[in-house]
Amino acid sequence: MPTTAPAHSLSDVTASDSTLRRFLHGLPGVDAVGLEARAASLGTRSIKTTAKAYAIDLAISMVDLTTLEGADTPGKVRALGAKAVHPDPTDRTTPMTAAVCVYPDMVTVAKEAVAGSDVKVASVATAFPAGRTALDVKLADVREAVAAGADEIDMVIDRGAFLAGRYLKVYDEITAVKEACGGARLKVIFETGELSTYDNIRRASWLGMLAGADFIKTSTGKVAVNATPANTLLMLEAVRDFRAQTGVQVGVKPAGGIRTSKDAIKFLVLVNETAGEDWLDNHWFRFGASSLLNDLLMQRQKLATGRYSGPDYVTVD
Amino acid sequence: MSDKSEKIDERLSVFKTYKLYVGGKFPRSESGRVYEVTDSKGKWLANAPLSSRKDARDAVVAARKAFGGWSGATAYNRGQILYRIAEMLEGRREQFVREVADAEGLSKSKAAAQVDAAIDRWVWYAGWTDKIAQVVGGGNPVAGPFFNLSSPEPTGVVAVLAPQESSFLGLVSVIAPVIATGNTAVVVASERSPLPALSLGEVLATSDLPGGVVNVLSGRTAEIAAPLAAHQDVNAIDLAGAGEVLAKELEISAADNLKRTLRPQAVDNWSATPGTERMTAFLETKTVWHPTGSLGASGSSY
Repeated sequence: MPTTAPAHSLSDVTASDSTLRRFLHGLPGVDAVGLEARAASLGTRSIKTTAKAYAIDLAISMVDLTTLEGADTPGKVRALGAKAVHPDPTDRTTPMTAAVCVYPDMVTVAKEAVAGSDVKVASVATAFPAGRTALDVKLADVREAVAAGADEIDMVIDRGAFLAGRYLKVYDEITAVKEACGGARLKVIFETGELSTYDNIRRASWLGMLAGADFIKTSTGKVAVNATPANTLLMLEAVRDFRAQTGVQVGVKPAGGIRTSKDAIKFLVLVNETAGEDWLDNHWFRFGASSLLNDLLMQRQKLATGRYSGPDYVTVD
Repeated sequence: MSDKSEKIDERLSVFKTYKLYVGGKFPRSESGRVYEVTDSKGKWLANAPLSSRKDARDAVVAARKAFGGWSGATAYNRGQILYRIAEMLEGRREQFVREVADAEGLSKSKAAAQVDAAIDRWVWYAGWTDKIAQVVGGGNPVAGPFFNLSSPEPTGVVAVLAPQESSFLGLVSVIAPVIATGNTAVVVASERSPLPALSLGEVLATSDLPGGVVNVLSGRTAEIAAPLAAHQDVNAIDLAGAGEVLAKELEISAADNLKRTLRPQAVDNWSATPGTERMTAFLETKTVWHPTGSLGASGSSY
C-alpha cells in the first residue's frame, strides 16, 4: 500500500512556523479522483447475515450519541444517557454506545445519567462550533468541562488561522488544550467542510496528530458538508501512516451526515481496509451521530425478527 | 429498387421499458430482475420489473416520507389533484385503451368503457375528498358543557394488492379511495397484467401528486406482499388481489402490528358505484372534547 508518510524524521518539524509549514506543504498531494474512487469502490462491498449482525453491533458500540442544540434541556440529556446505556430496552443483548456527547454545561447531567455504566461522557469545548474566541476563554471552557467530569473533550481548530497558513498558532492551541484536558482524551475537529481541499485535510490531520490529538474528527455537524467516505478515508490513511512513523495510534471519528446502517457499515469497511483491524474498536473509531442509532436498532430488529421494523419501535429523540 | 425504398419506409418501432414508480421516480427493480408479460392469448407484450422485498421496503420508506405532507394537505387540494389525474388520463386515453385491451383480451370498445369508467372514478373520489368528513364525522351530542367532535383521520401507509383480473378499472378503484382520504399507498400491480398499472405511474407523476404518495410495484404478488404484510411501518393492507390461501397467511402476519386489514371481496362489476366503504376502511376516528365555556343565564354561552 502506498504510504503518504514523510521521508524524514518528525522531531524538528514543530520548531518554528516555517519548519512546520515546510513539513505540512511537503506532504504528498492528494489524488482527489483516486481517493473518491477508492472510497466509492470500498462502499460497494456486500455485508450480509452474520457479518452484518457483527457490523451493526460494532457500529452501535462506536456511536457517540450526540445532542448539540441550543434547546438541549437536562431532561433531554438524561433521556439520551438512558438510551446510550440501553439503546434497545426490549433487547438487553444490544451493546451500549461508546459515549454521549453534549455541551459543557450538560456534562454533570450526562455524567449522572450514565453513572454505573461504561458509557463515556464527551463534551465539545473551545467555543464549539465556530471556535472564534480568545485562547483563554477556550481553555477555561475545556477546564470547566473536565472539572465537571468529562472523559473526552471534542475541540475545534481555529480554521481561520489554519486557512491563513498560521499553522503554528493552530498547533500551539491544540497543545494548550491537550494540556488543559489532563486525563481526558482529546478529539480534534477539523471541520473538513470548511477546509476546501483534500490537501488541507491531510495537512490538518498531520498537524493535529503532531500536536498530540488522541482522536481526529471530521466535523461539527453544523455545516453543509460533514463526514464523507472520501475525507474519512483520507484521515484513516493519515493515522495509519502516523503510527507507522511514530508508533503512536490515533483514533478517527467521522461526524455528521451518517444516518443509515448501510452508511455506517461502509465506514467500517473503510476502517478495516485502510487502517486495519486495530482500529475496529470503539477506543479507536467512533461515529458522531444521533439519528444513526435508531436506524442501527431498526436493522438489528430486522435481523432478529425477519420483518422490517419502523420508527414507531424506536425512541423519538 | 422499389423493394429497397419499401424497406426504408418500414420503421422499427421503439419498445417501452416499463419501470416501477417509487418515491416519484421510475427505478428498475433493485434486484435487476424482469419477467415476461403476455397478452390474454400468450403473445409477448413487454418485460416488467420483478420486484423484490427490498423494492417493497424502499416503497414503504417513500410512502412514509410522503405521508406527512399528503395527509396534511387540505382536502380541497387533494380533490384538485385527484381531478388532475383524471384530466391527465383523458389525454392518454388511447394508450390505456390499447393496454387494457391487450391485458384483458377485451375488444376496443369494451376496453374503452373500462378506461372511461376508471377516469370517472377518479372524478368521483375527487369529489369525496372534502365531503367524507361530513358523512362519517361530525358533532356528537353529549350531556355536559362540551363540544364533542369526531373527525376521520387517515390511517397511514396502506399496502394495496391490486385486483388480479381488472388490471385498470379495478386498480384505480382500490388506489383512489386510499389516497383520497390522505393515506399513502404501496401498490402491488396485477401479477399477470401489470402494464396499465406501470403506465398509471407515469400519469400520477405528471398530475401534481407528490412523489411517494402512490408507489407502484410489479412482480409476484405473494413475494412482494409477504414483507409488506409483516412490515412494522405499514399501517393497513388491502388484500383485494390476494387469493384465499395467500390472504389468510397475510392476515396472520399483518396481525402482528395490528394492521387494519381489508379482506378480499368478490367484485362482479367494478364499474358499479363503489360507495364509501373503501374509504372508511382506511380511516380512523379521532374524537375531541372541547369546553363550550361558561353557560350564561340563558343556558347558552353564545
